[in-house]
Amino acid sequence: MSGRSVLKRVDWLTVLLYFFLVGIGWINIYSSTFSEASPSIFDFGQLYGKQLFFIGVSVISILIVLALEANFYERFSSILYIISAILLLGLFIFGKTIAGATSWYDLGFFNLQPSEFAKIATALALAKYLSDIQTDIKRRKDQFYAFLIILIPALLIIPQPDPGSALVFFALIFVLFREGLPLIYLGIGLITIMIFITTLMFGTTWVGIVMALLIILFLLLKRSSFKVPILPLISFFIIAMAFSLSVNFVFNSVFEQRHRDRFSLWLRLEKDPQKLEQIRKTIGYNTYQSEKAIESGGFFGKGFLEGTRTKGDFVPEQHTDFIFSTVGEEWGFVGTATVVVLFTVLFLRLVYLAERQKNAFSRMYGYGLISILLIHYFINVGMVIGVLPTVGIPLPFFSYGGSGLLGFTILLFIFLKLDSNRLNEWV
Amino acid sequence: MKKILLSSIILIIGITFIGRLSYLQIFSFSPDQVLDDSAIKAIYDYPERGYIYDRNGKLMVANQPAYDVMVIPREVVPLDTLEFCSLLGISKEKFIQTLNKARVYSPRLPSVLVPQLSKVDYASLQEKMRKYRGFYIQKRSLRGYVTHSGANVLGYISEVNERDLEKNPYYVAGELTGRTGIEKEYEEVLRGRKGVKYIQKDRFNRDIGPYKNGILDTIPEQGKEIWVSLDKTLQEYGEKLMRGKRGGIVAIEPSSGEILALISGPTYDPALLVGRERSKNYTKLYYDTIAKPTWDRSILAEPSPGSPFKTLNALVALQEGVIQPETKFRCYNGFFVGRKKRGCHCGGGVRNMTSGIYRSCNAYFAGTFRKIYEKYPTTDEGMDVWEKHMKSFGLGNYLGYDLPTGRRGRIPNKEYYDKVYGDNRWVSSFIISNAIGQGEVAATPIQLANMTAAIANRGHYFTPHVIKKIGGENISFPRFTEAKHTTIDKKHFEPVIQGMAEVYKKGTAKWLQVPGVEIAGKTGTVENFTKIDGVRTQLTDHSVFIAFAPVDKPKIAIAVYIENGYYGARYAGHMASLLIEKYLMGEITRKDLEQRMLEKTLDHEYAKPYSGQPFKINEYVW
Repeated sequence: MSGRSVLKRVDWLTVLLYFFLVGIGWINIYSSTFSEASPSIFDFGQLYGKQLFFIGVSVISILIVLALEANFYERFSSILYIISAILLLGLFIFGKTIAGATSWYDLGFFNLQPSEFAKIATALALAKYLSDIQTDIKRRKDQFYAFLIILIPALLIIPQPDPGSALVFFALIFVLFREGLPLIYLGIGLITIMIFITTLMFGTTWVGIVMALLIILFLLLKRSSFKVPILPLISFFIIAMAFSLSVNFVFNSVFEQRHRDRFSLWLRLEKDPQKLEQIRKTIGYNTYQSEKAIESGGFFGKGFLEGTRTKGDFVPEQHTDFIFSTVGEEWGFVGTATVVVLFTVLFLRLVYLAERQKNAFSRMYGYGLISILLIHYFINVGMVIGVLPTVGIPLPFFSYGGSGLLGFTILLFIFLKLDSNRLNEWV
Repeated sequence: MKKILLSSIILIIGITFIGRLSYLQIFSFSPDQVLDDSAIKAIYDYPERGYIYDRNGKLMVANQPAYDVMVIPREVVPLDTLEFCSLLGISKEKFIQTLNKARVYSPRLPSVLVPQLSKVDYASLQEKMRKYRGFYIQKRSLRGYVTHSGANVLGYISEVNERDLEKNPYYVAGELTGRTGIEKEYEEVLRGRKGVKYIQKDRFNRDIGPYKNGILDTIPEQGKEIWVSLDKTLQEYGEKLMRGKRGGIVAIEPSSGEILALISGPTYDPALLVGRERSKNYTKLYYDTIAKPTWDRSILAEPSPGSPFKTLNALVALQEGVIQPETKFRCYNGFFVGRKKRGCHCGGGVRNMTSGIYRSCNAYFAGTFRKIYEKYPTTDEGMDVWEKHMKSFGLGNYLGYDLPTGRRGRIPNKEYYDKVYGDNRWVSSFIISNAIGQGEVAATPIQLANMTAAIANRGHYFTPHVIKKIGGENISFPRFTEAKHTTIDKKHFEPVIQGMAEVYKKGTAKWLQVPGVEIAGKTGTVENFTKIDGVRTQLTDHSVFIAFAPVDKPKIAIAVYIENGYYGARYAGHMASLLIEKYLMGEITRKDLEQRMLEKTLDHEYAKPYSGQPFKINEYVW
């Protein structure tokens, strides 16, 4: 297939959204790392210059991704998965430590973060495994293998330590739901989270009482014809209570103080407003500053390069994980809402594209892609605007960082390549 | 379900984010916070506070430099603490304690180590300052006084408090504002407007350049100098006379309403409330709840006016046509209210208006007062008319002068008596004391002085004021330059003034004449009571005096009120006479009189109620 026809068939709306996001992201990186001394955008000694270079590299990688045969990705997915696992293992020996996390290979001119490529490889491998004619996601054994594919890279990344990146892999479970994994797993997951949070907030006693009341209510309102599974119901209740009891133990003995502080800040567990304010300004310093920066932007923002808090470096890591606060301060609600809308449209477009695939592999890869992008976006923006606790992961296409940008770009464009090729597939 | 799961999650996330963002950026946002931002620091440039001059252009209040020793804890290097402390004149413990406090406040920002060094201390410190890294000297401006007088009327400045900050957004914590007197009343004039520079800060609070290239910055606007109507010489002389006495003196120029002197005793040196000793001194003044030096008696004390009030009753009676100047009353060494006799000191006999005034006959004025309300069918109506006349002299209400405190005084009316005695449960005999300025009527010294000015002007007055010039220009506030007319016709004043002039010629003040000046005056001796251990006890009478001079072209109207000074001519009369001479002639010829006033104090009188012993009042011996 010639490159020409790829360019004709590629989904231009997605490409456009991609360049919008990358462009807006770069403008904000420029603003948050701006230096009066060196305003030239091509100064590669400055972070914005470097990011511009990475954007260039990304564009080249896009061309390469699109030029490769579409079935290359399916065929080599297992090998890529194994390579990325080896790279992750290799970090234990050759890794370079930056900011306390051994997550990088030092390539001299640039630091490579293999976890970014593990995301792509895992999405590919999972799609490959699930689309195999032998695999039936309803079977326990196949579920187990699918989970294993997700779990291996995550387990390799946790000890770096980079729990944020590890967390991302669990989002791939949405692929399994799409392919028929019973939603009961999602239900169990949600109930677990609910019990965890409510126990922290109100204590085991109240959780037990409310849950018992709900079960009684359910028994009263059920249709008379409905046969109540009494035994599972009781065992569910007992397990839930046991979990609830363990929450306090885990929270107080397994968690470290910094984790506890993040939770007590997020769930407002500290009732004394003065102490809470104190926690906000110390442990929650980043979030506090980013919230303040966003708030001070108001509706229209302070204008490009006019963000006083951005200029004063009030928000730590503003060009990486907290880049969204620059948007908030300088472009105001108009800017933040635009970015949220752009992301939402991108995701919905990708869902639409995934659903129109005839090839199961392409569809599953598409879902993998969406899951990974979505969880980054959800956790990052949620953290920056103060609705989620602090977890250090970047905002796709926005945050400063070469590996990140390159990883997300390849992740996206592999799918666009698969999509452009869908009419050639005869399954 | 499985196909729409992800789309729904995407939408829910989007909506949640937009909701949270609109909460932050639309509902929580307020435009004021832009300059409140911790990323922007306003640096103020304070203009010098305006000077205060007296009516003749003599400087009263200026500014003096003071030197704060500042410290930036981070930059301090180990030093010879002992030597440095002895240079600063503080103890080593104090030094370490203050330094630690500064470090807790901020290691990077300057804090005050030793405030307000004097010029002398500064001079010796200055040369050695280079040796000590992290310390520097910051100059600031304090009030400097060229007079030791007028503390209460000039007022003082102090740091703004929470309430000021709430009330007036101009101020920032740590700034100074006029707290009392002229400093408060003319705060905005004297203060000027500070200039501001907005500086962009980074998160360590370091400067990283002007905010928006300085387009919001302003330059300071100088404070204006003011000339007040006070006569520095007269004010200082009056305070000298007042030493050892409690009371108030107010002198007014009748033709303009300008206040020439506003004296309250006891007073204090205004310089006490400036500099390092300020808070110590302030506490001492503030907690002196017996002598109350910060309580300006010239505008806040509300005694009964006593006999000077008789002049107004005479004027009202003439205006109402109930008596003529020739109308006579007989004094039986007193007068009768029902079957009860009230006393009189005039010596008895037949009195007309002139002799009624210069002998201060109680019987004459009781008769006069009775005639005023007997003219009307009911006492109520009579009271209404009387009240209206009295209030036209500026009594019973705020005068509207340009000082921040004041009292209404009291002209009792029927509502007042209804409240005190119950509705309509009082009769005319209850109110007869008002005839002689005792009883329920009350007036501040400044009201008495103003009333005197109105008599001197033969029927009108100008609202008393202390301001004369602002920034070199004469004031033109209509409230001070427009005459207020009393309800008494001009022709009725002459007989009363004649009586007042007789007071000096052959009446109660004949020993107090000023050679070469014709004065009209009126003595007053005011009975007063206090409670000692819950028992109502009479104290020595207050000495009150009003006067104006010269009679035909009045240049000064004065009211003197001396607590427990006994009869009117004794202290108040002496002082009024001396002050008039000082103001009009410039020199005191009656040295013995002056000597007596300077030497005599009333401390023994003021000690009596606190002695715990029985005591005598109104002792005749000096």
